[in-house]
Amino acid sequence: MAGGDDSWRPLARPLLIPIWVVIGVFSLLPVLLMAVYSFLTKEFRGGVEWDFTLAAYDQFFVTRGLFGDEPAQIEWTYITIFWRSIWQALICTALCLLIGFPTAWFIATRPAQSRGIWLFLITIPYWVNLLIRTVSLKFLIRDNGPLNEGLMAIGLITEPLPLVNTNLAVQLGLFYSYLPFMVLPIYAAVERYNFALSEAAADLYASRWTTLREIVLPVVKPGMIAGCILVFVPALGAFLAPDLLGGAKTFMIGSLIDEQFKGSQGNWPFGAAASMILMTLVLIVLVFYARAASREGAA
Amino acid sequence: MTAAVHLQDVVKRYGSVTAIHGVSLTIADNEFFTLLGPSGCGKTTLLRMIAGFEAVTAGEIRLFGDDIARLDPNHRPVNTVFQHYALFPHMSVIDNVAFGLKMQGIDLAARRTRAGKMLEMVHLSHFADRMPAQLSGGQQQRVALARALAPAPKVLLLDEPLSALDLKLRQAMRVELKTLQQETGITFIFVTHDQEEALTMSDRIAVMSEGRVQQVGSARDIYETPDNRFVADFIGETNLLEVDVHSVTDGRASMTLPGGHPLTCPSASATPGRHALSIRPERVTIAATGELKATVDRVVYLGTDLQVLSRLADGSPFTIRLQNAARTTIPEAGATIGLHLEEGAARLLAD
Ligand SMILES: Nc1ncnc2c1ncn2[C@@H]1O[C@H](COP(=O)(O)OP(=O)(O)OP(=O)(O)O)[C@@H](O)[C@H]1O
Ligand SMILES: [Mg+2]
Repeated sequence: MAGGDDSWRPLARPLLIPIWVVIGVFSLLPVLLMAVYSFLTKEFRGGVEWDFTLAAYDQFFVTRGLFGDEPAQIEWTYITIFWRSIWQALICTALCLLIGFPTAWFIATRPAQSRGIWLFLITIPYWVNLLIRTVSLKFLIRDNGPLNEGLMAIGLITEPLPLVNTNLAVQLGLFYSYLPFMVLPIYAAVERYNFALSEAAADLYASRWTTLREIVLPVVKPGMIAGCILVFVPALGAFLAPDLLGGAKTFMIGSLIDEQFKGSQGNWPFGAAASMILMTLVLIVLVFYARAASREGAA
Repeated sequence: MTAAVHLQDVVKRYGSVTAIHGVSLTIADNEFFTLLGPSGCGKTTLLRMIAGFEAVTAGEIRLFGDDIARLDPNHRPVNTVFQHYALFPHMSVIDNVAFGLKMQGIDLAARRTRAGKMLEMVHLSHFADRMPAQLSGGQQQRVALARALAPAPKVLLLDEPLSALDLKLRQAMRVELKTLQQETGITFIFVTHDQEEALTMSDRIAVMSEGRVQQVGSARDIYETPDNRFVADFIGETNLLEVDVHSVTDGRASMTLPGGHPLTCPSASATPGRHALSIRPERVTIAATGELKATVDRVVYLGTDLQVLSRLADGSPFTIRLQNAARTTIPEAGATIGLHLEEGAARLLAD
């Protein structure tokens, strides 16, 4: 790379145009559309009427009783669903971090030739469609599936474990879906980690645990944060795992939004409003992270 | 007095490769000791075994009498200055320097004071709050030094700490390191492949080659009285001549130089037979009456010195160094000259 060569500069702007077009068409425009739709009026058989209203947001946060004639109160139904989703996504992120970090560490500390094979093994399942994988998972854990049959065959249990339609099943599905998104960025960070730093810490009387806490974790933290964001955000909006592996009690935001755009039962403005609220939540989390990260960088 | 570090028959094998073949060394307290040798001779391996980053395959490592060969690095009162410094990138300079003290459980106020003193010692007080990435290579090097010295180790290990610096800085740091070693009284074990560095700083030098120690001695010892062909050739410039020793009497060996001239030189242990004779280029003068005859090939101008490349009667190359003084007569290429060996210029080598 020619450090002092600035001759490409006049070209930079025109070359960036396609990127701006892509960002505009595929990112900003859909968000804008969604924002507009969330303020429109629901049409009877799905679709919208061009009447601007706050009805969708009102439906999300406020209840006026079954017939709409009681004093306004907070509507807990959707907030509960949101809260449950956030909680599930947090647990999923924590689990992925707990399992993903040692996995990434293991791969990154293998000899260079075999790392590729390990990464390949990690990513192989993701060549199969998520829907198919989630359905397969359901077959594995259902009452007369191989897991329960196997456990009963070796006499560990007498009744099948009721796994399908539980939070545990949803959690398993989420964890399984998003683990690589944790492993890969952490792997990239650990691979760049300079192991002389660990030697230096040991040389200065740090135990293994202290070295991990004081040196390794802070240095690979950007990789962990990237992994957490990559897992948390899609897990929060996931609908396949909760739909297929969960039941009414495990209903999550993703499924709620999904339903609003299906058939004549749907409510497009309400789905759009729920999406906007979800996005706002995610943005708040990200801004919070970015702030914390930059404050640390400046200190 | 017990030695600061004592290695006894230390062996290191990596699978089928033997990196260190039974090294024994004794390093005194307060000594500036250097491991010198060409790339791949095992200097780093030896140093890492003393630090505890590599396990010994066999042998003993004693630190002030205690066998430490099987202790983890964090239990050895030895600190290291790493070749590429290995500063903690997420900690400020002062936190880097205070890290060892923190691990020793020293309270915040005390370790800040001590780390501050260390930074003062390496002239970096006003950089205390910078991050390592905001420092130049030379400054990072001094932070690494301060960090390793802060816990007052009994022995400091340095693996080519100056190799990443430019020439001027390297020369300045040599002086600084030596002063620091004398002021602190800490034993330094310094690894380098740069003989000038080794010769200028060390109390004693161990010359290594292929996993073995070839000779241990002061700079003067290894330069003036090399034990073997490798040391003579590796340290400085030398002319190695093949000679026939025909007799040894009273500690003096008699031999015939190429061209037939007889020579005797002191040798404690030589036996009759074919041997290598080392003659330093600067210990030879050009004189018409000289006992060796040579033909000048070329004269190379080196500033303070002139290097005369010549051939002896039997065709073997022979280099002479002349001071570039006003009175020096510079021989012409093609001329035949006489060479006079000063007393003690020639040294008979064991092998
Ligand atoms: N982990 C290892 N596995 C196999 N062989 C090794 C290993 N580490 C070092 N060696 C071998 O041991 C020998 C000594 O290596 P070492 O790094 O100690 O050399 P050095 O004298 O420090 O060289 P340099 O001046 O280039 O740093 C070399 O031949 C090297 O190839
Ligand atoms: Mg080395």
